[in-house]
Amino acid sequence: MGMTMSQKLLAKKAGLKSVRAGQLIMADVDLVLGNDITAPVAIKEFDKFGKTDVFNKEKIALVPDHFAPNKDIKAAEQCNCMRQFARKNEITNYFEVGQMGVEHALLPEQGLVTAGDLIIGADSHTCTYGALGAFSTGVGSTDMACGMATGQAWFKVPTAIKFNLTNKFNKNVGGKDLILHIIGMIGVDGALYESMEFSGPGVKNLTIDDRFTVANMAIEAGGKNGIFPVDDIALEYLKAHGAKEPTIFEADSDAEYEKVYDIDLSTIKSTVSFPHLPENAKTFDQFDKINIHQVVIGSCTNGRLSDLRKAANILKGHKISSNVRCIVLPATQQIWKDAMHEGLFDIFIDAGCAVSTPTCGPCLGGHMGILAEGERAVSTTNRNFVGRMGHVKSEVYLAGPEVAAASAITGFITDPNTIEEN
Amino acid sequence: MKGKGSAFKYGDNVDTDVIIPARYLNTSVHSELAKHCMEDIDADFAKNVKEGDIIVGEKNFGCGSSREHAPIAIKASGVSCVIAKSFARIFYRNSINIGLPILECPEACDNIESGDEVEVNFDTGKIKNLTKNMEFQGEAFPEFMQELIAAGGLAAYIKNKGDK
Ligand code: SF4
Repeated sequence: MGMTMSQKLLAKKAGLKSVRAGQLIMADVDLVLGNDITAPVAIKEFDKFGKTDVFNKEKIALVPDHFAPNKDIKAAEQCNCMRQFARKNEITNYFEVGQMGVEHALLPEQGLVTAGDLIIGADSHTCTYGALGAFSTGVGSTDMACGMATGQAWFKVPTAIKFNLTNKFNKNVGGKDLILHIIGMIGVDGALYESMEFSGPGVKNLTIDDRFTVANMAIEAGGKNGIFPVDDIALEYLKAHGAKEPTIFEADSDAEYEKVYDIDLSTIKSTVSFPHLPENAKTFDQFDKINIHQVVIGSCTNGRLSDLRKAANILKGHKISSNVRCIVLPATQQIWKDAMHEGLFDIFIDAGCAVSTPTCGPCLGGHMGILAEGERAVSTTNRNFVGRMGHVKSEVYLAGPEVAAASAITGFITDPNTIEEN
Repeated sequence: MKGKGSAFKYGDNVDTDVIIPARYLNTSVHSELAKHCMEDIDADFAKNVKEGDIIVGEKNFGCGSSREHAPIAIKASGVSCVIAKSFARIFYRNSINIGLPILECPEACDNIESGDEVEVNFDTGKIKNLTKNMEFQGEAFPEFMQELIAAGGLAAYIKNKGDK
């Protein structure tokens, strides 16, 4: 029986000819990731192994992005724990404040991810790198510790769901709308324990940033990983970012899928996920006016340069509503610089937005834009759980950068196609 | 190995943000995490939970972030076992890795209410609702996972193996 793209990659990394769904394997990993929340827990576990060295100091990435720049004393201590560990073990890919960015935007940008890699990260959105044809998945701190010590991790080989994409997006619609639509369709556990494999002629019409956004949210459907075929667009990105030589895996023609969905990209509309689950996806014909208090544009889902460009394109020549605070968080220093040179910051600041240094910040209710009781935010992030961005009685509506920018202008959740272009 | 205690019953999609809100993630001290366990859906949980008690969810328990702080907070609260119809995969992994027994058993979840006395045998996967006098068969752990849990988690398991 044939294997899926994910299965082939896992078989290779486990040193096996083939694997089948459900099989437990030990596999070699190419990169182990941790951040300022998860790494301190992993470091404590690591110390318990009684090992003095990490398996490979170049294959570990440590990024203080969640509560950094340190939001309080406890956060400062956590970041320091990671910093000291990185120094002691001479971890090459430790990114200090000033170099750091939101991890899942940073790692591909730094060329640390290539097609065919097996990556574990103590962060659930590690699945993002599937956009480049890697098998990457979120794990906990103990797995991270074990990975740092041994360079290995255990996996249960997943089954897969295939999404066959055709056609292309309409104006002001993108990767975020697609993935919110998919989660709305299959539910937050619709891909539980499974791979989400994207394929079809529509893939070539998705930019690499669209793919990052889609793969990033595979976990919000319960998926183990999301993965895209490696085409010229992916190869070009890898080359431009100095990534290692790619290894390309393709699904066998007789690979088995639990389900196959056909999606015509031209039918996808601007989509908003209502509180308190990403599966509560609605389009503008399905709801009335909803006033908001805050807009957040950023995160590992939509904090890349193209996202900022899309938002700026809508905001240009407009002022944000006096009822709204709009916070823009470019995901990395490079994105920050590029956005600045392109003049996007002029547009944001003239419109009345705050522009922040890269950080996860409000995405997980950390800092830089916490919501009060009863407040509502439209956010380009990936989770709208109870209390995610602040008070338990606050609400988060997930959307793409176009909807977020349009809503900042009007003060209510707004279809970007209704905003006049300047 | 067995667990026995009162049940705390919750619904579908109990996410890691409500199990342990991000605002408390600036620490990894177990007892501190336990103090805020389940706070956003059950403000009195930390006050009411006793050693051995059991959490019962519905489907997709533990969805959301990869924070190991979630199963740690639950374990540090004294909870002996979590039963659900299904678990989100990272939570599942993390629970096993830190040695928190978790069982999938839809039937048990439909027939246990908050406050019921429940007994779980981890070796066989048998779940008893002592209050209602009912018995259910959950899926027992594969052997390697039983060893992991018995060792107290992945770290101890790997160390034991290395020592042998
Ligand atoms: S931006 Fe949000 S979702 Fe992404 S890594 Fe940071 S906290 Fe997690």
